[in-house]
Amino acid sequence: MCSYVTEKTDIAGSGKGPEGWFRLNSATVYFDHPFHAPYEHTLNIDFVDNTAGPGARVAVELSAESARELVRCIESALAAAGPAADVA
Amino acid sequence: MYDGIMAETIKIAGHGGDEIAAYFARPLGPGPYPGVVVIHHMPGWDEATKEIARRFATHGYSAICPNLFYREGPDASPDDAAAASRAAGGAPDERVVGDVDGSRRFLLSLVNANGKVGVIGYCSGGRQTYLSACRLPFDAAVDCYGAFVVGSSPEGFPVKMEAVVGLTGDLSCPLLGLFGAEDQAPSPEHVAEIEAALKEHGKTYEFHSYEGAGHGFFATDRTMYRPEAATDGWQRIWTWFDRYLAS
Repeated sequence: MCSYVTEKTDIAGSGKGPEGWFRLNSATVYFDHPFHAPYEHTLNIDFVDNTAGPGARVAVELSAESARELVRCIESALAAAGPAADVA
Repeated sequence: MYDGIMAETIKIAGHGGDEIAAYFARPLGPGPYPGVVVIHHMPGWDEATKEIARRFATHGYSAICPNLFYREGPDASPDDAAAASRAAGGAPDERVVGDVDGSRRFLLSLVNANGKVGVIGYCSGGRQTYLSACRLPFDAAVDCYGAFVVGSSPEGFPVKMEAVVGLTGDLSCPLLGLFGAEDQAPSPEHVAEIEAALKEHGKTYEFHSYEGAGHGFFATDRTMYRPEAATDGWQRIWTWFDRYLAS
């Protein structure tokens, strides 16, 4: 299926693309067909600077299982950081 | 029979007269040739879709595939432009119809045109094919597993997909529908709903659903490719367009 399931959020940080590091201000998260990963559907994330054109993008396509594991790792790392993660 | 073709990116007038890029593949013989507008899928104006346009040219059709995401990134790679379009909510229906109409008019303007133009689309392009065939004067249409012809994308989704089945009374041409029986969007229930609307309005159509195939079974570069369904589907496309687009 073509799910069109899409979530968007503002983010703050930086990412590294083919031209080097750049600031990120938005992320699009969707579960749909990948461009490259060898699965029918993947959890895709586009980290972008939406003021700098379509090429200012860091993209990942993850299997559903690895995406869930990544969420667990992110939550775990933030929890372990304690108060520092609340103000970063 | 001479089988030379030429394929290249050109600029055409799209919605509102905007200049957009389009991939144009055509036979090099004298013609006359029918035309086909090829509508790309959600992943964009990619290599696989351009290959489809070339395939039509080798079968004696002048084919054009407009870049529906051109405005989001004129010089962007197809995947970057598709990502930008998704983030922006997808290509608006009015703009798509305008771009498809510009493509249709371009094909009719060719000196070796036979005056007939069809439209075909895959995935989101299947829905846009249905929409375009209801809004524009085409001679034949092929919807390949278009989702959200019935039903709409859920409330709150950044990507807006409104149902277009309500336009069925205005469908301008015979419609061939090719679906995967294991697809969930469109599901077999969705396909049945579309078929009921076509029957209600007395439209000429032919639907085929392939067992063992899901969404995207024509996509040779993806894991969902199903050669048996795709091979049969291509044969039905040639038969359909030969029947309705021949001189």
